[in-house]
Amino acid sequence: MRKFIKLIVNDKEVEVDIDERESLLDMLRNKLGLTSVKKGCEVGECGACTVLVDGEAIDSCIYLASWAEGRRILTVEGLKGPNGELSPIQQAFIDEAAVQCGFCTPGLIMTAVEIVGTGKRYNREELRKLISGHLCRCTGYENILNAMERIVEEAYRVVGE
Amino acid sequence: MYDIGKYVQAASIEEAIRALAADEKAMIISGGSDVLVQIREGRLAGASLVSIHGIKELKGVHMEDDGTIVIGAATTFSHVTYHDIVEKYIPILGHAVDQAGGPQLRNTGTIGGNFCNGVTSADSASSLMVLNAVIELQGMGGTRFVPIREFYTGPGKTVRAHDEVAVSVRIAKKDYEGFGGHYIKYGKRNAMEIATLGCAVSVKLSEDKTCIQDMRIGYGVAAPTPIRCPKIEEQVKGMAVGEEFFTAVRKGVLEEVNPRTSWRASKEFRLQLIEELAERALRQAIVNAGGDAELSELAWEDGNMAGGEQNA
Amino acid sequence: MAVGDSMKRVDAYEKVTGAAKYTADLEPKNLLIAKVVRSTIANGVVKGFHLEKALAVPGVVKIVTCFDVPDIQYPTPGHPWSVEKAHQDISDRKLLATRVRYYGDDIAAVIAEDEVAATRAARLVEVDYEEYEPLLTVDAAMAEGAVSIHEEKPDNVVVHSSIKLGDTTYEEASSEEGLFLLDKTYQTATVQHCHIEVPVSYAYMEKGRIVVVTSTQIPHIVRRVIGQALGIPWGQVRVIKPYIGGGFGNKQDVLYEPLAAYLCTQVGGRAVKIELTREETLACTRVRHAIRFEVKAAMRHDGTLVARKNAAYSNQGAYASHGHAIVANAITEFKQIYHDEKALEEDAYTVYTNIATGGAMRGYGIPQGAYASECMMDDLAVGIGMDPLEARLKNCMRAGYVDPHTHITFFSYGLEACIQKGRERFGWDEKRAKYQGQTGTLRRGVGMAIFCYKTGVYPISLETAACRMILNQDGSIQLQMGATEIGQGADTVFTQMAAEVTGITEDKIYIQSTQDTDVTPFDTGAYASRQTYVSGKALKQTGQILKRNILEYANYKLKREIDTMDIRANQVVDAETGEPLLSMEELATEAFYSLDKSVHITAESTYHCKENTLSSGVCFAEVEVDIPVGKVKVLRILQVHDSGILINPKLAEAQVHGGMSMGLGYGLSEQLLYNEKGKPLNDNLLDYKLPTSMDTPDLEVDFVQLEDPTGPFGNKALGEPPAIPTAPALRNAVLHATGVAIDSLPLDPQKLVEHFKAAGLIKEV
Repeated sequence: MRKFIKLIVNDKEVEVDIDERESLLDMLRNKLGLTSVKKGCEVGECGACTVLVDGEAIDSCIYLASWAEGRRILTVEGLKGPNGELSPIQQAFIDEAAVQCGFCTPGLIMTAVEIVGTGKRYNREELRKLISGHLCRCTGYENILNAMERIVEEAYRVVGE
Repeated sequence: MYDIGKYVQAASIEEAIRALAADEKAMIISGGSDVLVQIREGRLAGASLVSIHGIKELKGVHMEDDGTIVIGAATTFSHVTYHDIVEKYIPILGHAVDQAGGPQLRNTGTIGGNFCNGVTSADSASSLMVLNAVIELQGMGGTRFVPIREFYTGPGKTVRAHDEVAVSVRIAKKDYEGFGGHYIKYGKRNAMEIATLGCAVSVKLSEDKTCIQDMRIGYGVAAPTPIRCPKIEEQVKGMAVGEEFFTAVRKGVLEEVNPRTSWRASKEFRLQLIEELAERALRQAIVNAGGDAELSELAWEDGNMAGGEQNA
Repeated sequence: MAVGDSMKRVDAYEKVTGAAKYTADLEPKNLLIAKVVRSTIANGVVKGFHLEKALAVPGVVKIVTCFDVPDIQYPTPGHPWSVEKAHQDISDRKLLATRVRYYGDDIAAVIAEDEVAATRAARLVEVDYEEYEPLLTVDAAMAEGAVSIHEEKPDNVVVHSSIKLGDTTYEEASSEEGLFLLDKTYQTATVQHCHIEVPVSYAYMEKGRIVVVTSTQIPHIVRRVIGQALGIPWGQVRVIKPYIGGGFGNKQDVLYEPLAAYLCTQVGGRAVKIELTREETLACTRVRHAIRFEVKAAMRHDGTLVARKNAAYSNQGAYASHGHAIVANAITEFKQIYHDEKALEEDAYTVYTNIATGGAMRGYGIPQGAYASECMMDDLAVGIGMDPLEARLKNCMRAGYVDPHTHITFFSYGLEACIQKGRERFGWDEKRAKYQGQTGTLRRGVGMAIFCYKTGVYPISLETAACRMILNQDGSIQLQMGATEIGQGADTVFTQMAAEVTGITEDKIYIQSTQDTDVTPFDTGAYASRQTYVSGKALKQTGQILKRNILEYANYKLKREIDTMDIRANQVVDAETGEPLLSMEELATEAFYSLDKSVHITAESTYHCKENTLSSGVCFAEVEVDIPVGKVKVLRILQVHDSGILINPKLAEAQVHGGMSMGLGYGLSEQLLYNEKGKPLNDNLLDYKLPTSMDTPDLEVDFVQLEDPTGPFGNKALGEPPAIPTAPALRNAVLHATGVAIDSLPLDPQKLVEHFKAAGLIKEV
């Protein structure tokens, strides 16, 4: 059940030899070495494998690799600047101590990218709902929400109104 | 890696129908959030899949000339919720599917997948029920339109034939114009939940907004399939909005439901929710329809104190 | 100064960029996948297998069954090994089980080229069993005639222990006239850690030795247990621990590492991986013990606690693991936190049953013990009509407390200060008064709970830790700890401590995050709340040695007395004036390459810790209860901790957040459920109700910082304590709001509705 698909991953066009039974999670990790995409439950309940497909956050564990054909995929590896500079979202996660074991972190950062991308201003309650597809056992979400609030506010000041 | 026995990616509805007709074991995969989970569990291991993922004609929301709202079956939950037409005319449905799973799931799960899997807990189902939605099915024998109240035949079972693809769900103007609706999903958590109970209510009030002209009440998980409560709906027509009416509904719905005990919740607990959520959804729906239903009952205030001023 | 700063995590950049490598990110190409074949009965014996269909699956390499593995029983808990036989952990498990003891027990393993083949084949293995009645509860397992789950413990009681304080009995003491008498049963639930990274390990052979890469909190213990399980010298095992995605005690147990190690030896040393599914993680690793407490208490109407009696029954599940240590800890908490004027009698039973094995989980029995003591204290306060906070102040442990059995001393006592600080900040008195006598559908209430927690495991077990520091050519240092980073921030606070002790700044301290038992100094690992305390002492001692060694070289170079010099901000300075004398960079380069005197400056030392101290704290919770639907909304939650001096206040707060969140789940929603056959019902993250962001309110944290004289930097336990007091505080808040005392965890909606109906708070139509 092999197949070649073309897609754009982290702004680079790639052609990948996939098995049609593969999930996007499998493909990103095993074929492209993008191990920021974490496996936590394999059924779309924990959010650790979240990536953006055409700008929308999805659980890559329950998304077939073949569906990604022709689409744009973004993972945390694609956020860093050319000289290793962090995106403001990543920086906010560091500054607010929103990272502990780090396993849910890449997925949450991708959801943050989706949220920030809307250019909308969200309050803390709205942000709670927007990140509710990610389970975190270390932080109680407190510092993650602090980081989210900060970044949403910063982005809004730049692009909003 | 999923244990998938055979996989066909259809480029069009017709191709999907032909692939289904050609393989009696084939099943449709759309968003993947149900089917892939069941393959992994082993229930559907080795399955033969026909993927309708990415077929453009199955996606999107539009309004026909007569005001009928048409939602493509492969439209994802989030695209339903945030569509202008849905927000403006049938917010109850947008609100309902905005409570399925979590945000990422709502970016992949589709409304068609949700009603076609036939489960009673499907978040879209009770709202579609009170909207009198009609499902468009297309198969080798052509296209047919099935009212959602005739769609479910049992737990996990629907009238959809093996070679049929659900193309869209349609809501006629008469079923949303002038109505106010509300859906309450009751789960143990506030996100990432399967409904312990879902209750959708849609009401149309008299011109002076004091009487019930039309009330529809639908439930998920109150019976083996999503249901409506036709007897009480008929009975309350013309009643004035007030305590007598709410009490009648609370009593009435209990006669029409058939919840079961499972390890997730007991029948008694579900009955309690059925009764309580009916009134809560109803009050909000009445407000949404322009009426007055004293929602303040559900806000804590100092008036709750003994010795304080009691709420009316 | 380094200690006390909210330094950003040393691993944060790696973690936000996805560069941090966890076990599954490191797996070699061409590794084989192993799937454990699990029993589909809870209690019985495997009589035989039919493997034909499974072996016919393309890609299957080998199937190993319980009849093939070495006949060796081994222990799994992450305790230091005891050289005294009497104190050794119970060895009651083999690599694969012929005697099935819970639904999902490991009875065989399929090794295959890929996951689909392994999974398919595992499903096709057919098993013949002799089946016994599943014994799922303590009562069932202790009943007359119940089958023995382990032949070594015929009555299924793993251990029974007792504590007695006072010169009289409870019976006698409680016969005093005019006492309020309480007689209640409090029951906690079986819950699971739910670290987001599932347990995963892979093993391969190299130069005749076995290398195991694993997600563990305790690499050196894993090495020892693999040696024991396979019957090979421990030095033939090398364990590597990369970054880990949470552990919370589950990975303080040796899980599937021995099996992975054994399987790789069965396929010629090829790499074999065992990565559990989420379902296996929930159902087949470790859980927090459900404990039933049968509590009697006698209180005078002035609030004096006169006497108590407590019988605690701990559901151990299938294997002993950490065993009796958990319930022993629970009754110790019950003993320590309140003083009885006349008598305390406690009994603890650890009982084998046919559910998942109870092991270590954040708090190690104290969340259960505190649940019992804190429900009790509120029930007593209600009984005599006293404010629960005042009742606690009147009876709680005092400054200078010394445990009468272990002699662990509360050196820096901040419990009452925490209560007072929290009382003020939370507005306890006002809220307590305000929420009296409500009648509506929504009712509000406030509740609280207190606890104490010992920092390390001394004197119950050995406490030992080691550290190594190596000076690099540029004046920076490498810091190597046997202690493990598991998400809590250990690497960051160790870096701060090293900076504090050596005078070398944090940016020039490179801590090695990966532990490799071939390279890393010995430490028993991340458990208890020991590392900043015990491993911190090893670090402090080693840092002092390193500094001395550096200054000795400075003495050679500068010809100045060592005692007149110090190291500050990467400079050797005049100790008195602070005047820079020599940069560390110059000194280090010289030390390496001097033709006259080349010295590689390093330091390494072991600290055998024979000290311990207590931490304490309080949780305040404000809830709104939606009575007709049984929902508890947490409006506000505050914890105040007495954890000594904080090494990194921001990370300390973050630790508390996580514990509070775990406590919210413990209090409101989490419980692993089984059907009557012992089959888990909710072994997935949809049905097992871990709190989501929408179930979690803002988390408020405060501290009372008192320097602990025994801590290396005045610090003491913080890692586990935040998981302790939330659940009982919520229970007591619901009691305040509704007048209904719920005596079992969790406070789930159906249970609440049933209780509210019984109490007449919900009327039938």
